[in-house]
Amino acid sequence: MTAAAPFGLLAELTHRCPLHCPYCSNPLELVGRARELDTAQWRSVFTQARELGVLQVHMSGGEPLARRDLPDLVEHASGLGCYVNLVTSGVGLTEQRMAELAGCGVEHVQLSVQAADPARADEIAGTRVTAHKRAAAAAVHAVGLPLTVNVVLHRRNLDQVAEIIALAEELGAQRLELANTQYYGWALRNRDALMPTRAQLAAAEPVVRAARDRLAGRMEVIHVIADYHEEYPKPCMHGWGARQLTVAPDGAVLPCPSAHVIENLTFDTVTDRPLADIWYESEAFTAYRGEDWMRDPCRSCPRRAVDFGGCRCQAYLLTGAAENTDPVCSLSPHHDVVRQAVPETSVEVPFRMRALPVVR
Amino acid sequence: MNATEWVPRLRRGVRLDFDAVRRSAVALFPEGVLLLNPTAEAVLRACDGTRTVARIVDRLGEHYAGVRVEDVVAVLRGLAERDIVERETT
Repeated sequence: MTAAAPFGLLAELTHRCPLHCPYCSNPLELVGRARELDTAQWRSVFTQARELGVLQVHMSGGEPLARRDLPDLVEHASGLGCYVNLVTSGVGLTEQRMAELAGCGVEHVQLSVQAADPARADEIAGTRVTAHKRAAAAAVHAVGLPLTVNVVLHRRNLDQVAEIIALAEELGAQRLELANTQYYGWALRNRDALMPTRAQLAAAEPVVRAARDRLAGRMEVIHVIADYHEEYPKPCMHGWGARQLTVAPDGAVLPCPSAHVIENLTFDTVTDRPLADIWYESEAFTAYRGEDWMRDPCRSCPRRAVDFGGCRCQAYLLTGAAENTDPVCSLSPHHDVVRQAVPETSVEVPFRMRALPVVR
Repeated sequence: MNATEWVPRLRRGVRLDFDAVRRSAVALFPEGVLLLNPTAEAVLRACDGTRTVARIVDRLGEHYAGVRVEDVVAVLRGLAERDIVERETT
């Protein structure tokens, strides 16, 4: 099939991060600093991405502020005409740095928030973060940029969703993204500690709905549902290799940030092959594009154009084959593996915090 | 409020541009891209944050024939739904 050009690039500039969140979307095997693309290589990635059709660049990580060349990279991507989002923990985002980055072309900032109260936020982040969040939000407002607050929801913070919404208001967010944990990598490793009960989700739902109504026109509230608890899977990435690509710190090009979990795929890197070639021709990007790869029940299902069979990574992780229907789907023959993972009662399970491997 | 008195404004963080790759006008905004048809582009470019819908219709009428208030309002409401334009306030 002929693929359309991508709109978005998630640039994971580094895996280095001062936080240790147990649901981090980075892979379990983190890329160390020595293997990161250098400035010239990242600039080339952005140039090729714009030529390919990319209009949105998400400067992410890890913590993108850990890259000293971030202003240079922002200026380059922005100069190409891309809309540049900064996705940050806020740690190190001083007023001075924010002003510099805004001057280079950052147009929107996404700030992560771990919990409503300092003690719990520090516990989840594995470090002291609260003062940084407030300073970062103030720095964003000082340069007049729109602010999105991103919150990953799970068992340890769902009960304080009302307070989290209040905090986002206080921080002056234009958008609040409340995203229930998606279970890949670190989050899958911590699934027993993170997975909420049905009762917790049911209690949070009306709180979010009421806030969305109350705040309409002032703060947009986006609620990403907990897919294990749903009847049908999410339309993951709007289809494989359809709209967005991810470039990892070492230059590996992925259809989504989790795709490295699919061990039967090999991913080309920007140092070996042109980006357009990878997008249109590579084995990894063509593997699950369109519908030809589908098996039943997806192959004959009228919802295949709605959710594209759900998430390939989730199918691989939970059923052993990415071609299978996402087991979140109630029509999947493997649906039991998902149902059994949802606990009836909430039990305290310790987090296994994200950490870089020890470099010898 | 009468829709003709609405002063539509682009939301903070929205930028209009031309994508040379797709040869299309685009609206870029936090987390999204919208390809604009010529009508939507003309309406958005007329939203300067001071003009009412009535004045936007007048202005578009200087360049295009048959501009109708209800069509312009429909385009703006669609763009407000997509968070490109601020919602009408009551």
